Parts: sequence; structure tokens; C-alpha cells
Amino acid sequence: MFDLTGKNALITGASGGIGGEIAKALHAAGATVGLSGTRVEPLEALAAELGERAHVLPCNLSDKDSVVALPKAAAEAMGSVDILVNNAGITRDNLFMRMSDDEWDSVLNVNLTSTMRLCKGVLRPMMKARWGRIINISSIVGATGNPGQGNYAASKAGVIGMSKSLAYEVASRGITVNCVAPGFIATAMTDKLTDDQKEKINTQIPAARMGTPEEIAASVLYLASNEAGYTTGATIHVNGGMAML
Amino acid sequence: MSDISDRVKKIVVEHLDVEEDKVTETASFIDDLGADSLDTVELVMAFEEEFGIEIPDDAAETIQTFGDAVKFITEAS
Repeated sequence: MFDLTGKNALITGASGGIGGEIAKALHAAGATVGLSGTRVEPLEALAAELGERAHVLPCNLSDKDSVVALPKAAAEAMGSVDILVNNAGITRDNLFMRMSDDEWDSVLNVNLTSTMRLCKGVLRPMMKARWGRIINISSIVGATGNPGQGNYAASKAGVIGMSKSLAYEVASRGITVNCVAPGFIATAMTDKLTDDQKEKINTQIPAARMGTPEEIAASVLYLASNEAGYTTGATIHVNGGMAML
Repeated sequence: MSDISDRVKKIVVEHLDVEEDKVTETASFIDDLGADSLDTVELVMAFEEEFGIEIPDDAAETIQTFGDAVKFITEAS
């Protein structure tokens, strides 16, 4: 339905379950994709699976220089960055009372600060082109909070506030900035849960199941499209009704 | 000087879509030429590219008028 032919998309965290599906969806719609992540092998494997129009762009998001260099490397590889998907994120869960400065800093740094730096890094050419799509992956816990995830929830709520502010500033230049906030999504991370744990989670979800990475990718694909040009500053909650926001 | 002035004027006219004779020495981008704050950022970006110079943020803030821009670029290039 959505055609991204001729568009170049940079996706962080493309080695993960959700990021990989986002890359596949944008690629299937015709986009050239820049696959970024820390682990090179899964990126290479995904690039090989996608075939043409796929570039591997390794980047350690906890390293400032590496983050600043990524948009340039992506533009060199693909010619431009028309679509940026900030999907990468880390967790360092701990009870608030026990949370160390390091646990706090590392999560905020990767999830929020590197997202800000990447947004900044792609804006100039987007402003010139009068077209751009920035999609930041937030989380349900950014809106609802979650015990043990004070740092993660703060970073994901921060991403929403930052995205809205940026959306204001660049809307007149044809650039949209939106968030997708996933609920519980079945990935390698949730595979580790026991059946008991999964069942418990499912009772809290009106849809009575976890979401799939494809269902997140579909929202990202929409926001990346030309058709979504009037949607900006929005957060699409994809959570099976777990939190109706 | 006049060459720089002409090139700056061309960028301003094109970018802000204003009449050339409105772009006078003391014309303020925001107050007289209808620029918004993002326009001024874009103008600075365009100047940097046209003249191959770097305009740091604190210097960019001092560039309020067409005359300011010409003066800064003349000194920088």
C-alpha cells in the first residue's frame, strides 16, 4: 500500500527483533535501508536476506563519537537519510531505591541522548529537501511507568516529549516526527519468560496475546510514508489495548 | 565586498521570498523580512555552504540583519 521507492531509511537496533522487522517492512515497500546496531553478524545476515538496497552500518550508541558519525556514514552509503527510525534501546532494570547512577546514565544516554543526537544529525539535509520522516520507538512504560524500570520509563517518556518539541519546530519544513509505543511484543527477549509468566501478562492485555514485531513495523511503515505527511507529534500505541491512551 | 553582498542578497531573496530592494543594509531578517527563527538557522546554513565557512552558534546569534551577515562573511572568508 505504501510506496517508499527512492527513499533511504536508517534504522538503529536493526539486529533486534523489532528493528529487523522494521527494516524488512521499509525495504519491502521499496526503501533502501541502512541497518545499524552493535552486533555486526546479525546485521550482515539481515542484509544478505534483504539482498539489494541494504547497507550495514555498525554503531555503538553508547559512544558519542560513534553516534555523531552514523548519520554521515549512512548518507555516504545511501546518498541521504530521508527516514530515521530510532529503535535501539537498552534496559538496566533495578528497583528505584537500588538504582545506581551508572544504570540511570547508561539507559538515558543510549535511549534518549543518542536519539537526540541522531535526530540532530539528519535534520539539516531533511530541512533542505523539505521532506523527512523521523520515527522514534518509545514504549508503553513511558506512559504508564513500570516497577523496576524508572530509568527506562524516563528515557521512553523523554523520547515522546522530545519528539513533540522537534515536531513543532520542523513541521513547516515537511518533516514529521512521531513515536510508536509498543506494549508487550514477542521477541527473543520475551521468549525467555516462562509459560506461567506469559499467561499472567496475557491476562492484562485485552487482545489476550503479545504483539508481533510485524505489528510494530506496520505502524512505522505508515509513519514513514508520504500518506502520513499530516501526522506529526503523534504517538501510536501498539499494545493490544493494554493501555488505551 | 560587492560580490559577497550580491551572493548573500541572492540567498536571502530566494530563501525568504522577498523583493530585492527590501534587502537593505539594516533590514532585519526577522522584523523586516518576515523570517522565523528556523529561517534564520537555514539562512546561516546556506551562508556556510555558499562561502565554505563555519558559523558557530554564538556568532550566528549576532547575525540579525543583512548588513550583519555581509560583514561577518567578509571577515570570515
